[in-house]
Amino acid sequence: MDITTILFLAFAAVLLAAAVGVVTARNPVHAVLLLVLAFFSAACLWMLLRAEFLAIALVLVYVGAVMVLFLFVVMMLDINVDRLREGFWRHLPLAAVVGAAIALQLWLVLSHGAWQGKRAAGPGIEGVNNVEALGRLMFTEYVFPVQLAGLILLVGMVAAVLLTLRRRKDSKSQRPGEQVRVKRAERVRLVSMSADAEGRQDARR
Amino acid sequence: MVSLSWYLGVGALLFSIGVVGIFLNRRNLIVLLMAIELMLLAVNMNFVAFSHYLGDYHGQVFVFFILTVAAAEAAIGLAILVTLFRNLSTINVDELDRLKG
Repeated sequence: MDITTILFLAFAAVLLAAAVGVVTARNPVHAVLLLVLAFFSAACLWMLLRAEFLAIALVLVYVGAVMVLFLFVVMMLDINVDRLREGFWRHLPLAAVVGAAIALQLWLVLSHGAWQGKRAAGPGIEGVNNVEALGRLMFTEYVFPVQLAGLILLVGMVAAVLLTLRRRKDSKSQRPGEQVRVKRAERVRLVSMSADAEGRQDARR
Repeated sequence: MVSLSWYLGVGALLFSIGVVGIFLNRRNLIVLLMAIELMLLAVNMNFVAFSHYLGDYHGQVFVFFILTVAAAEAAIGLAILVTLFRNLSTINVDELDRLKG
């Protein structure tokens, strides 16, 4: 047993144990933290597969951003855990049967493919590292999908802001639309008055 | 030596754990979202494993796009969750029946 096998077994065991913990944890905060552990082990497995860029992206994007977002939301909401756990044990037999069926089916399909017994080919062009090779693909062949991905992220950001934005009655805020639309006549009042004293009195009258 | 089927096995088990999680926690919206994340991770694991063993980088580009879409989906899902909780004070799936579907 070489070192790669030992590392694979360790990371895979941690990954699966953390995943089981995510779906069975009582406290949602514990579930999120276990999910972070699962993503981290998956990133380590991808490192073993020499997908360095994706492993780092998984840690930065998922653990760094998405999971922190989950953690914020879980801690912000005041959830009654016990009511949400009703029916947990009642559903367990059905869930176990369905899960076992899916795992069996996936294994049956995947263990009889033409790819059996493949040794690690290791993707690649000689002398080019993972990040460079991925970058070459993304910015030549996949340049339009990359733009679309950026658009999807923009839409997601706008949607998230719009959904959670709320106007509070007790806070004062500017209305930029009205500010831009304002006319001179609404702000300035020109009063014609003469310079001498009599004229001033006329104006006052 | 670790072969391709080992990684595929890990992916299959991870996917089934995600499905089981959806069955077990079908009332808790936030754990449902986390179970979906687990299933996406399982799919990504298969993509990366195939990419490595077949010597093809296109699989890794696909994983990149899946990660992008999953991040946007998680952000919008959590925003909807916060809005729901603000209006109804619950995230119990059974009580979210305003649409009468």
